[in-house]
Amino acid sequence: MAKVLMKGNEAIGEAAIRAGCLNYFAYPITPQSEVAEYLSRRMPEVGGMFLQGESEVAVSYMLFGASACGARVFTSSSSPGISLMSEGISYIAGAECPVVFINIMRGGPGLGGILPSQADYFQATKGGGHGDYRLLVMAPASVQEAVEMVMISFSLAEKYRNPVMLLGDGLIGQMMEPVEFPDNLASEPSNKDEWATSGMDTRGTDKRNLVKSLFLDSVKLNEHNLLLKAKYDRMKQEEVRYEPYNIESDYKVLVVSYGTMSRVCKTAIDNMKEEGFEVAMIRPQTLFPFPEEAVNKAASKESCRVVISIEMSMGQMVEDVERCVKGKLPVEWYGKCGGDIPTPEEVIDSVKSFYKEYI
Amino acid sequence: MAYKLYIDTNRCKGCGLCVSVCPKNVLQISEEINAKGYFPVYQALPEDCNFCATCCMMCPDVAITITEENEETVEQPE
Amino acid sequence: MGKTFIKPEALSDQYTHYCPGCTHGIIHRLVAEVIDELDISGRTVGIAPVGCAVLAYNYFTFDFQEASHGRAPAMATGVKRVRPDLAVFTYQGDGDLASIGMGEIVHAANRGEKFTTIFVNNTVYGMTGGQMAPTTMPGQRTTTSPFGREVKTTGMPVKMAELLSTLETPGYITRQTVIKPKYIAKAKKAIKKAFEYQLEGKCFSFVEVISTCPTNWGLTPIEAVKWAEETLLPYYKLGEFKTPD
Repeated sequence: MAKVLMKGNEAIGEAAIRAGCLNYFAYPITPQSEVAEYLSRRMPEVGGMFLQGESEVAVSYMLFGASACGARVFTSSSSPGISLMSEGISYIAGAECPVVFINIMRGGPGLGGILPSQADYFQATKGGGHGDYRLLVMAPASVQEAVEMVMISFSLAEKYRNPVMLLGDGLIGQMMEPVEFPDNLASEPSNKDEWATSGMDTRGTDKRNLVKSLFLDSVKLNEHNLLLKAKYDRMKQEEVRYEPYNIESDYKVLVVSYGTMSRVCKTAIDNMKEEGFEVAMIRPQTLFPFPEEAVNKAASKESCRVVISIEMSMGQMVEDVERCVKGKLPVEWYGKCGGDIPTPEEVIDSVKSFYKEYI
Repeated sequence: MAYKLYIDTNRCKGCGLCVSVCPKNVLQISEEINAKGYFPVYQALPEDCNFCATCCMMCPDVAITITEENEETVEQPE
Repeated sequence: MGKTFIKPEALSDQYTHYCPGCTHGIIHRLVAEVIDELDISGRTVGIAPVGCAVLAYNYFTFDFQEASHGRAPAMATGVKRVRPDLAVFTYQGDGDLASIGMGEIVHAANRGEKFTTIFVNNTVYGMTGGQMAPTTMPGQRTTTSPFGREVKTTGMPVKMAELLSTLETPGYITRQTVIKPKYIAKAKKAIKKAFEYQLEGKCFSFVEVISTCPTNWGLTPIEAVKWAEETLLPYYKLGEFKTPD
């Protein structure tokens, strides 16, 4: 299969089509408008549906309505737009509909900046919207990985009847890398006759379907929440994905990092290895469910002195890392906001200075 | 054609709209409370009813139905 | 002389939670009658609002979705764009459509989305206890305009039918009422026409229905009808504001 050089945002759009998703609703926002621009041309070519809505709020409900009647749908946006969609995401999760959301993160809070960030970790993994729900969150570190994650996201969303979010950053969206679209990842459309409002005639039944998230009765609402929780518990059992790096060595420091930041960390780790200073990394590929066991196990290494969460934020994933390390080792944070991605040298400096504190 | 009119006293909320629109003043609010605590309507002058269905049209609760005499009355479940 | 009258099939048997004399019941029934007559129950999807009609889905026997406050036109857009063969309608109150949902309804109408909106205008937020709405009349007392709506600080009531009819995109925009039998037959015709335009794939259709809210107006159902006729109908004029032809 041919490799194509593609811009991240465009590759993401193409990946959705290859996965059998032919419906896209979105709103322009930097740094991901290219997804919409690409799909506005590409969707008609494949007989798909493209609609630019009037706001992210409206788009989140267009997605809800379309998903609720049984169509495979997705959208892309960036941080402030995802905030606007958050109520819709809560409704979609509460009503158990499958929708895929792509968040190409930019600087925040507020209008923030248009350069890359990783500052939506809390929003994605702890629930940006109200109520008890979780998103299955995946974080690619390359355009190829983004393509593969997009392609499996639809069947995951349908498996759990839950929204799935891909957390990229501005760099993943904007950079061009060689990419191929694996055939074997095209996901099968699921049978939604049990619950989708696809029209009784379409289902050949006289039993109507109702998609809602309101449960005024306290007992029923509790049962519903237990049902949702069971899904998230199952995700924790079945969907954890992560990449260990240099984990077989006698590493002195454990780094936890994801997305673009993890690539810089890899370079830093390689450089330090050449000097004889071993550092390992756990790169979560799913942020929810978080690779809790893997981080905990990696923090149990005899030689390891400190765990550092390195992220382009003011320290969000570090709280999950702390929780997983369970006090075995000190947990520190290094990061930067504003859009300047820390260099390998800056990462090396921070790793070495934290290590010095804990020899 | 013979018709019969049926008032489901459990559906009726005693709003009185049907009473106000009946062209023949057939309907009145009864003094017997229903299970929900409303005073439902009844036909005070049934012989004057010409089955125009204006009351049916006005009723927000589909509490009044008219069927043909030889048909079973469409009974609403409790 | 005389005629039969039975509950339409598209309406469920459930007793409604609406207040005595609330015109929601009449409007629900008219929609159900139209759906029966057009025989489209098997491909209809209703979208319920947040408002008194939040439980509307309990009163119909076909597929239904529940929207968040104001966003039903966006959900309807989603459904109609992926399943143009389904007959889709939103059913919304004043707060839902004319306040928080103003953006969604204007844009759906402007894009000419081919679904039908039933807009129940009773000049207050009913479900939450009678607060002021964009459609509240000048001087009308509500729980958030206890001294009467002040035009100086809150403007004049919004006329949604007129507003939407100014859009260039073709549509069917009408205002009706169900407060008296003489208006009810016309309202049903308008609702049927709206659905027929949708089934022809012609345009967006919008039926505003002037309604009563006896509980929050502090009037009996019969007094409420009188107040609506005397105060609302002169301002919210009935008729067709736009047709696609």
